[in-house]
Amino acid sequence: MEEEAAAERSNLAGVRHILLVLSGKGGVGKSTISTELALSLRHSGKKVGILDVDLCGPSIPRMFRVQDNDVHQCDSGWVPVFVDQDKSISLMSIGFLLEKPDDAVVWRGPKKNALIKQFVADVAWGDLDFLIVDTPPGTSDEHISTVEALRPYKPLGAILVTTPQAVSVGDVRRELTFCKKTGLRVLGIVENMSGFVCPHCSECTNIFSKGGGEELAKHAGVPFLGCVPLDPQLSQSLEEGRDFIQEFPKSSAFPALARIAQQILDGTSQRSS
Amino acid sequence: MAEAPCGPQPEDCPGTNSAQAGRAAACQGCPNQRLCATGAAAPDPAEAAELRERLRSVKHTILVLSGKGGVGKSTFSALLAHGLAADEAKQVALLDIDICGPSIPKMMGLEGEQVHQSGSGWSPVYVEENLGVMSVGFLLSSPDDAVIWRGPKKNGLIKQFLRDVDWGEIDYLIVDTPPGTSDEHLSIVQYLSATHIDGAVIITTPQEVSLQDVRKEINFCHKVKLPIIGVVENMSGFICPKCKNESQIFPPTTGGAEKMCQNLNVSLLGKVPLDPQIGKSCDKGQSFLSEAPESPATLSYRNIIQRIQEYCDQHHFHEEKII
Repeated sequence: MEEEAAAERSNLAGVRHILLVLSGKGGVGKSTISTELALSLRHSGKKVGILDVDLCGPSIPRMFRVQDNDVHQCDSGWVPVFVDQDKSISLMSIGFLLEKPDDAVVWRGPKKNALIKQFVADVAWGDLDFLIVDTPPGTSDEHISTVEALRPYKPLGAILVTTPQAVSVGDVRRELTFCKKTGLRVLGIVENMSGFVCPHCSECTNIFSKGGGEELAKHAGVPFLGCVPLDPQLSQSLEEGRDFIQEFPKSSAFPALARIAQQILDGTSQRSS
Repeated sequence: MAEAPCGPQPEDCPGTNSAQAGRAAACQGCPNQRLCATGAAAPDPAEAAELRERLRSVKHTILVLSGKGGVGKSTFSALLAHGLAADEAKQVALLDIDICGPSIPKMMGLEGEQVHQSGSGWSPVYVEENLGVMSVGFLLSSPDDAVIWRGPKKNGLIKQFLRDVDWGEIDYLIVDTPPGTSDEHLSIVQYLSATHIDGAVIITTPQEVSLQDVRKEINFCHKVKLPIIGVVENMSGFICPKCKNESQIFPPTTGGAEKMCQNLNVSLLGKVPLDPQIGKSCDKGQSFLSEAPESPATLSYRNIIQRIQEYCDQHHFHEEKII
């Protein structure tokens, strides 16, 4: 009861839904999917925040072209960085706290855990429809601390991202176990980098194989949210911090990303009814 | 409100990764003192002696690092091991210290293998007579088993891997690491300070999102005084098998690894193009170098492996005899 009361007064009191983006495997597109999901939800009129708890490799600030911004304090805590005038997307990342972008954060677990607790408790998010939590690969300090710190706020669940290959799926199986053990609901699996359509001749090549994510979802009994193909335009947009959803609605990746966002929205409207 | 752990460091801060972290006189009063002190310290002299003894027979040690996940560290480590072990006269060891996401057993075709104990310690799992492998993957009973450990426990296992595995006489010890600059990386550098590390090979893809993490890794290497053998740019272009046109799937918007290496004065060992066969071979547990000997990617890998060998030969470590 005390925990619930504290949750009501906290900086996360105005956040309607919290969802985590996990993998287990590195480099599968967690930050990419977090960013594109945020953009999609914004285009559906939602207010979104992204909390980047990857302390060693914070990718989120650059994906919105705000990597040079600073974080300011207010009475309730840290003010998140807004990516535009509308304040429809706000971010928090260790990337904003580094003096120089190339500074390595060489911290052991306990120090990482302390910052994550602060990130969860001390960022003045205000009112948000969604808070997306982008994580580093693995099942270690950052993940344990994030789930523990978020528990009183009852997160919606987790999206797990994989590439199609067995080597990736192998790690994501372990992440599923992590979710089970920590009581985190799995909203579904996304199979990223699933096929590449040559822009010259339209031949589709499965560079990182195909189907592993879908099979895993079936095997584990969790929803399959869809396949997102490799699209160099998407990679380029992210590098340059542009709005991919706005600029490339004809891209092969766009329908897949839009479908994932729609399933999340459908899931939340089901939950509240 | 609690102070931000990223606050100003005291003058004469010994460094958060030093053995004196949290313990030096300058640490008194620093808000992070307790945090620094709870990290695993460098091994004590007795432990260091034990590690030194165990690793005495290792001629060359190479760390494969990145900073960024999913750029091909494990793939490269596996192929480096295969490449070096092609010379049957050389004894090669591959140590996988990615505790949460151990990919090496699968890539080496050793899934399901278990570690055996003998009088002289844990036996590595052998792929060939001259190529032995160790990974936490061999200690797990099911592919769904998750290793949900905080830092100190991971450090303990890494120490065990170095202290308790009976590698025998090795020409090359290759250490595959997880992404990041955290417990595993600090620990391996600290524990291996008991012996000698020839250097680190750093893997990246051409994209800025990778390079920004790799620059941090390069800084980490400088901080802990780890020599850098060079950088490998992976996934560097894709040639369509049908029309043979090249596409940059991970475009080098800021000049790729080449520009970064120029700016930071580190060696670019080579660029490896994307080849769908690489992923397939990894999933099957076969060596891509053997499965696709004609691929441009194989040629790149072989050139890079040769450069690494040359580096090791030139920087030959003369073992100090402890009297």
